[in-house]
Amino acid sequence: MSLLWLRFALGCYFISLIYAFVALTRTSDLFSRIALQAASLGMVFHFVSLAEVFMAGQFVWASVHNGESLLAFLSMSFFMLIYAIYHTTSPGVVVFPIVFFLTFIAAVDQQPVLLTQYVSHKGWLVAHIILIFTGYAALVLSFGASLLYLLQERRLKAKKASSLISFLPALEVIDQIGYRSLLLGFPFMTLGLLTGSIVAVTTYGRVDFLDPKILLSVLMWAVYMIMVFTRWNSGWRGRRAAVLATFAFVAAIVAWAANYFSAIHRFAAS
Amino acid sequence: MRYQLIGVNHKSAPLEVRERLAIPESRLPDACRDLAAYPGIEEGMVISTCNRVEIVAHTTNGSADLRGFLHDHFHLTAAELDAHLYEFREKDAVRHIFRVASSLDSMVVGEAQILGQVKEAYATARAVGAVRGQLDQLFSRAFAVAKRVRSETAVGSSSVSIASVAVELAKKIFGTLEGKTVFIVGAGKMSELAARHLMAHGCASIFVANRTYERAIGLAQKFDGQAIKFDDLYATCDRADIVITSTGAPHAIFRREHGEQFLARRKNRPMFFIDIAVPRDVSPDMAKLDGIFAYDIDDLQQAVSSHVADRRKEAELAEAIITSEVEKFKDRFEARQHTLDVVPTIVSLQDHLEMIRQAEIDRVRGRMGTLTPEQEIAIEALTRGIINKVMHTPITTLKTAAKESEATTVVDVVRRLFNLHDKEATPADKKNEVGTRH
Repeated sequence: MSLLWLRFALGCYFISLIYAFVALTRTSDLFSRIALQAASLGMVFHFVSLAEVFMAGQFVWASVHNGESLLAFLSMSFFMLIYAIYHTTSPGVVVFPIVFFLTFIAAVDQQPVLLTQYVSHKGWLVAHIILIFTGYAALVLSFGASLLYLLQERRLKAKKASSLISFLPALEVIDQIGYRSLLLGFPFMTLGLLTGSIVAVTTYGRVDFLDPKILLSVLMWAVYMIMVFTRWNSGWRGRRAAVLATFAFVAAIVAWAANYFSAIHRFAAS
Repeated sequence: MRYQLIGVNHKSAPLEVRERLAIPESRLPDACRDLAAYPGIEEGMVISTCNRVEIVAHTTNGSADLRGFLHDHFHLTAAELDAHLYEFREKDAVRHIFRVASSLDSMVVGEAQILGQVKEAYATARAVGAVRGQLDQLFSRAFAVAKRVRSETAVGSSSVSIASVAVELAKKIFGTLEGKTVFIVGAGKMSELAARHLMAHGCASIFVANRTYERAIGLAQKFDGQAIKFDDLYATCDRADIVITSTGAPHAIFRREHGEQFLARRKNRPMFFIDIAVPRDVSPDMAKLDGIFAYDIDDLQQAVSSHVADRRKEAELAEAIITSEVEKFKDRFEARQHTLDVVPTIVSLQDHLEMIRQAEIDRVRGRMGTLTPEQEIAIEALTRGIINKVMHTPITTLKTAAKESEATTVVDVVRRLFNLHDKEATPADKKNEVGTRH
């Protein structure tokens, strides 16, 4: 049943996805309202799907599908939060495709890799997953914002008449969205990694820094920290910030993909 | 109507060309004098704004070599210049002047500044004596037409000026303008206007720098701002988010190295340069820096083009007014021309009859002996009265005929009847007549 709700959600996200592509070329108030409604409805279905699995006691925290579904939901929540503050749907241009992609994988009925090891402290594991995913979701938004910043900067530099009527919010607003997401995401990511280490220590007795998953996660965290630092210290934005954000984003994806190679970080079937 | 006009504007020539033709205010009187002294030109005037440089002239034969004047004056070759020039004659020149004064030919259609600029150009040319009767007629009519367009159409009302476009662009960069700082470099009317708009939208503080420090103080006081010595410009500029620059400097005053310094000191927070100077104050390589957004006068034009559609309808209305005004001007001009044609005849007629009167008085005077002053006056009045009565009908007929463009025929008849073919009016007579008519 939960899969059915998730697929409904996927249908709604598909509408938002179309918006993401159309919005790149032209502006339509009506269409952005439709996309927003579709996304909200999708979130309702999505929430029902997540709740149902959880209530039924079937929610396996460390399942790849549930993880992707949760990340998609959190990213969408961030998007809505930004909409509530800045009244702009433009981050959707980046967020919607990512959310759609994540939900799509989660909604496909396919057995994922198993988390083979026994985990002794389930509470820490739950905390680890929620924190890390919140960090990921913030990173998605920050990445999205840095791409939009580049886009808006280019439009303003091109000095076309259309730059005045573009769907994008003001440059500084985009910058704020990106920076705030970054600042918000960083503690989550840090705490997520710490709780992860605690889980590792309690399960294995130590943290194996040579494990690809852990190595990549630390690398990603380092890039994240550099981003926050350069931004805070010298106000890097625009092209340089976008390069860093892309780097962090790629590192995050690679760290995620490392689940398939890591000896200690495996997932259970949902 | 031997009016001729030649020039470049924002549509015909890129900024690079206009930069080379722009005549600073201080050299405008000389340019007008040179123009008026150029072969074939009776009267001349130069309009030089950041969007246009135009030469208007009343010529002796309607085909003076204005291109030649431009080439000589600016030391430019035909290859560099001619592709960008437009040229109008007679009625078309009148129409163009009417359109320019009414702000229909402006970058931002309907903006009010152009009329003031044309008036200033007119005053300058008049002061050096380059503008007299013919251009006087043309321009006083042009100002009246501009006034009519302004009051009868909405072309100027929803004021999409450079200033409000600058505000919109600033909002696209900064989101809100609350608390932003503006820096005016080079105190001018246009920068003042832009600053006023920005302040109205929430900008918090303002700096003013000007070569003449006193002027900077004067402008700063208007906005409760702070005047900055021009030497401290680079040290202070990074504190401003929006810089409006319009100095008369011949070279860019903001170069890449300045931009880099500003950004470093501002921790890369973006800066918006509104460069309304011609030649430009912000060098193109500085404008390329990440975080520097520099819009020159041409860029602003592109930005406003999206608004222009809204005003097209009003502009059409205004064009109709212009067309009817051009016709009116032409008719009046021709009527005036014909009146001028009959004036010499009237003068000769008066002279002729006066001569007869004097001769007759002289002839009979000897036979009358000594006359009392009263008698002298009576004779004078009597003879004059007769002459005036006799002249009245022919003169009235001549004047009426002039208005109905039958002047030539009637002039011929009168000249033959009174045998008046000896005297031709000089241009000086014509001018005096124009001055004293009405």
